[in-house]
Amino acid sequence: MADGYNKPIPIPQPESDHYWEGAKAGELRLRHCDDCNQAFFYPRNICPECGNNNTSWIVASGKAKVHTFAIVHRPPHPGFMDDIPYVPAIVELEEGPKMATQLVNVTPEPEAIQIDMPVKVVFESITDEISLPKFEPA
Amino acid sequence: MPVMDRLKAISGTAAIVGVAEADEIGRVPDKGPLELHAEAGRNALADAGIDKSEVDGVFTAGYSTFDTAEYMGITPHFTDSTSVGGSSFVIHIAHAMAAIQAGYCEVALITHGESGRSNRARASGNPGLAGAQYEAPYGIMGAPIGYSMACRRYMHQYGEDRTREAMANIAISTRKWANKNPRAFFYDTPMTFDEYHDSRWVSWPFHLPDCCLVTDAGAAIVITSAERAKSTKKGAVRILGVAEGHDHSVLHQMPDLTRTWGRHTGPQALEMAGITHSDLDLAMIYDSFTYTVLVTLESLGFCKPGEGADFVANQRTAPGGDFPLNTSGGGLSYTHPGMYGIFTVVEAVRQLRGETGERQLDECKLAMAHGTGGTLSSTGTVILARD
Repeated sequence: MADGYNKPIPIPQPESDHYWEGAKAGELRLRHCDDCNQAFFYPRNICPECGNNNTSWIVASGKAKVHTFAIVHRPPHPGFMDDIPYVPAIVELEEGPKMATQLVNVTPEPEAIQIDMPVKVVFESITDEISLPKFEPA
Repeated sequence: MPVMDRLKAISGTAAIVGVAEADEIGRVPDKGPLELHAEAGRNALADAGIDKSEVDGVFTAGYSTFDTAEYMGITPHFTDSTSVGGSSFVIHIAHAMAAIQAGYCEVALITHGESGRSNRARASGNPGLAGAQYEAPYGIMGAPIGYSMACRRYMHQYGEDRTREAMANIAISTRKWANKNPRAFFYDTPMTFDEYHDSRWVSWPFHLPDCCLVTDAGAAIVITSAERAKSTKKGAVRILGVAEGHDHSVLHQMPDLTRTWGRHTGPQALEMAGITHSDLDLAMIYDSFTYTVLVTLESLGFCKPGEGADFVANQRTAPGGDFPLNTSGGGLSYTHPGMYGIFTVVEAVRQLRGETGERQLDECKLAMAHGTGGTLSSTGTVILARD
C-alpha cells in the first residue's frame, strides 16, 4: 500500500473478484452478455439487459471518451484533502458501457477538459490487491 | 405498468389532514434525529386533531419504522420503511393512500427526522454495493459531486452560458422566497446575482449557492380517508394523483444524465388527477441543487428538454412571478437535512390551506409536490387539492 493511503478502498465481492484481479494485472475486464452480444458494467453474473446468465468476461481495449466530469474543490472525505482540485468522470468505453473513474494527467480546469475527449486507461496501484482503473488523455 | 383506470378510481379517496415541522429546525444540536421524528409527529397529529392512539399505519425512511414507532410509542398494523432517498416521504403518500383504500389502516403517520448539520457521522454503507466499489474510490461520494457531473453533461448538450443563467435564476428566486419564510435558514440573508456568480466552487460547475443547505430538521404528515378527513380540525387536502419509481442507484448507471424518472411520475400523477401542468397553482420541486430543479422541470414536462433556462428566465419563479416555485425557500435556502422531500409536501399543504403568511399565494387550489432521491435516482410526485 502506498504510504498513508486513506481513501475508500474497494472490497472485491464474488461477482467482482475477476474484475479487480484484472485491474491488478493491468487489464480492464468487462462482463459480456453472449446473448445480447454486448458488454456491460459493473460486473454481475446475470445480464441486466436480458436477464440471462449466458455471460462471459472480455478484456476491454482501454480506449474511451469522456462522457462527463466535474472538478472537485471541496473534498467529500478526508482522504481527498490533498488531491483537490481533482477530476471525477464518467467515461464511455469503446465497447459501449459507461464507468465512473477519475481523469489523471489533465489540468483540473474547465477549459482543459472536453466532453467526448479521447482517453485511455491507466492503472494506479493503491494496495497489494487493488489497482484502480483511471483514465488519461489518449 | 400502472393501470390508469384503477388509479383514477382511487384519486381523491385519501387526504392529508395534518402537517408539521419539528419544534425547531435549522441548527438543533441538543436533539437527536429520532426526537425530531417524534416532535414532528406529535405536531402533525395536533395539526390534524387526531390522537396518537388512533395511528395504525406508520411510514418512514432512513430509519426503519421499528425505530420510529417504538420511540413514539406507536404499535402499527401497517408498516412501510421504503427508503429510496429524499423522495421516499413523497412516495409514502402513495403507499398510505393505497393502504387506506385497501383497508390495511385508517390513520397513516409519515415521519422524518435528521440531524444533517449536527451529526456529521457518515454512514459506512455496504462495501459490496456498486457505489462503494466503483464510485467512492474515485472520490465520487456525496451528492454535490454526482449532481455536478450530471450538470456538466447537460451544459454540453444545451449550452454552458444558458445553463449557468438558469442556475443563477433558480438560486436567486428561491432565496427571495426564503426571505419571506421566518423558519427559513436564510430568512435574513438576501442574495444578489453578483454574489451568486462570485461565490466559491464546491464541485465545478456548482457554486456554493447551487447546493442545498445542510440542516437539522424533522417533519411529519397525517393521512386518512377522504370520508374521515371531513371531521378533522383543518379539513382535507385531497390526494388526487401519485406516482413513483427509479431508474438507477449510482450515477454512472443513470440512463441519461439530463432526464430523471420524473418523466414518468409527472405525467402519471397529472393524468391520475385529471389535470394538466397549466392547472397547477404551485410547484414544490425538490431542490437539492439548482440543476435538480432545471432537469426536473423538463423531465416532469413543464417544458421540453433544453428549454428549462427559458422557463425560469427573468425571475419567473420568484415572488410575484407567474410560476410560483418552492415558496418555502426550498432545500437551497429554507432547510435541507439530507432527505428533504417531505418538506415539499408540508409547504404545499400550507399554501393550499392559506397558512403561509407573507408568502401566501393569492390563488392556490392545486399543487404539485415532487421529490428526488439518491443521485437523481428516484422520484415521487403527488398532486394535492383544496376543495
